[in-house]
Amino acid sequence: MKTFYWLVKREFWEHRGGFFWAPIITGGVFLLLNIMGIITAEVVGARHGINFGASGGLQRVIADMDAGDLSQVGLALDLAMYSAMGLLIVVLGFVVFFYCLGALYDDRRDRSILFWKSLPISDTSTVLSKVVSATVLAPIVAVITGIIVGMLQLLILAVTLSFHGVNVWQLLVLAHPFRVMFNLVGYIPLYVLWALPSVGWLLLCSAWARNKPFLWAVALPVATGLLVSWFGIMGLFDLPTTWFWKNIVQRGLLSVFPGTGSVFGHNGNIAHSVAGNPGMDFMDLGNTYQLLASANLWVGVVVGLGLLAGAVWFRRWRDDS
Amino acid sequence: MSAVITASGLTKRYKSALALDNASFRIEPGRIVGLIGPNGAGKTTALKAILGLTDFTGELSVLGFDPRKQRDKLMGEVCFIADVAVLPRWIKVRQAVDFVANVHPRFDRAKCEAFLARTKLQPDQRVRQMSKGMIVQLHLALVMAIDAKLLILDEPTLGLDILYRKQFYQNLLEDYFDENKTIIVTTHQVEEVEHILTDLMFIRDGKIVLDADMDAVGDRFIEVMVGADRADAARALKPLDERQVFGKSIFLFDGANRAVLEELGETRRPSISDLFVATMKGTYA
Repeated sequence: MKTFYWLVKREFWEHRGGFFWAPIITGGVFLLLNIMGIITAEVVGARHGINFGASGGLQRVIADMDAGDLSQVGLALDLAMYSAMGLLIVVLGFVVFFYCLGALYDDRRDRSILFWKSLPISDTSTVLSKVVSATVLAPIVAVITGIIVGMLQLLILAVTLSFHGVNVWQLLVLAHPFRVMFNLVGYIPLYVLWALPSVGWLLLCSAWARNKPFLWAVALPVATGLLVSWFGIMGLFDLPTTWFWKNIVQRGLLSVFPGTGSVFGHNGNIAHSVAGNPGMDFMDLGNTYQLLASANLWVGVVVGLGLLAGAVWFRRWRDDS
Repeated sequence: MSAVITASGLTKRYKSALALDNASFRIEPGRIVGLIGPNGAGKTTALKAILGLTDFTGELSVLGFDPRKQRDKLMGEVCFIADVAVLPRWIKVRQAVDFVANVHPRFDRAKCEAFLARTKLQPDQRVRQMSKGMIVQLHLALVMAIDAKLLILDEPTLGLDILYRKQFYQNLLEDYFDENKTIIVTTHQVEEVEHILTDLMFIRDGKIVLDADMDAVGDRFIEVMVGADRADAARALKPLDERQVFGKSIFLFDGANRAVLEELGETRRPSISDLFVATMKGTYA
């Protein structure tokens, strides 16, 4: 267990840029853009003599709102918090994708694999430490960053509004920051399962390719897809050609992007809770975890484990350093 | 004590060539074995087989383990320095020490830090900022702090200047080697290891062509310097090799009668490099 902890730590040392700085910088840029947007809006507003809420008008509007309207404000605030995460998720997807492609390849290329292999560490632990780094460590850092950025985002909005005479705290209680946090953190285990076939495929290519793992990882499924489309092979199984693209190419390559499971794999109905706001209920864990009931997820997990076993085998026996 | 390594019938075929051709050998504990051979003779393949880094056919037991099946256990007892530049370039001295200290059960941190204190290496220095010689100092400090039974060195001093090379072997002898440890080293700089080796193995085209301890080498091979007048008599004794120096001929004999040779001229023990050149004659032809 101690060895495994240090293996993951090792990954963090090596990929501090992708795992740590990428989300921080993305979050910083996101906040900066927001502040610039707000300043622009203020400047433009001031130039045209528009001043919201100067006479307490906005405050009165809020006071006049009924429960329905208030929940809309809450929705907008939750959305503001999720929106920070949205950008981070895209970055996280890219980080994980390229991390996996390089994880078992870079050290073969620079021959430092000979150093790692001189230590009493099994190849299974090595590969698993990379899986955990990609699917647990990287998302945790991204989610924590996302939560902090989201909170700051709320704060910036609140402070801006307070300049216009709107009571900050009255608005903030309308948001559900803890539920947003809970939903985001709770999504990580689901992400581990959903991303497994992609992570497995990318790590397999990384362990197997003698050069250009990116090309192999992407070109192989895409070229197969083109052949399948061209010859209409899927017709043999009474399936449309899009089945292959959707379930092999897209599932195999893009599942490292968080949320693709909820977008593409979801087929249940969204349950609406009483307390929440209907617009964001699809993010509630009760809804996202409906994915557990889909065969798509579990077939992916099984395939992913098989691909990882292949990656371990190649890591053990690939002899080119 | 049982042998550290027993190999019999080791064979490894790459697509184009036979890297190991039915090689058999046995290495006892407490030895420093030089595995010497020309480029492409199969040295590295033999070491890779011992380290479980490559597949092969034949029987091989290293410290009682089968390197193909029990590699993880084996690596707890074996260390190796494959080449100068295999430490990951991003790692810092501090991180390398931390990592090895926490994953290797036989690592002695205090020992490692004592070795590092004798160098100019700084804890926050990254490998990519170091010279080749400094990388080797770090790698050696890490490896010498591990109480392993077998240390394998594959061209450990390649590309180093002479100060680092001398220091490398000196450290190894003074601070590391003892009768419970075994070292296998491959190198082209034969002159440098000549005096520290206890055993010598020559490998050529995947076959072990010479396997003897240094005393036996001294008994078996004799060099004799003969004047031009008696050169024909020397040639009649079928020398391994002949070369000319200052108008005299130097003949290298394998297992000849010493008394007979002493009558021909001045005899001496051949250097390993002369022996190597004579044994490998025609390798690249």
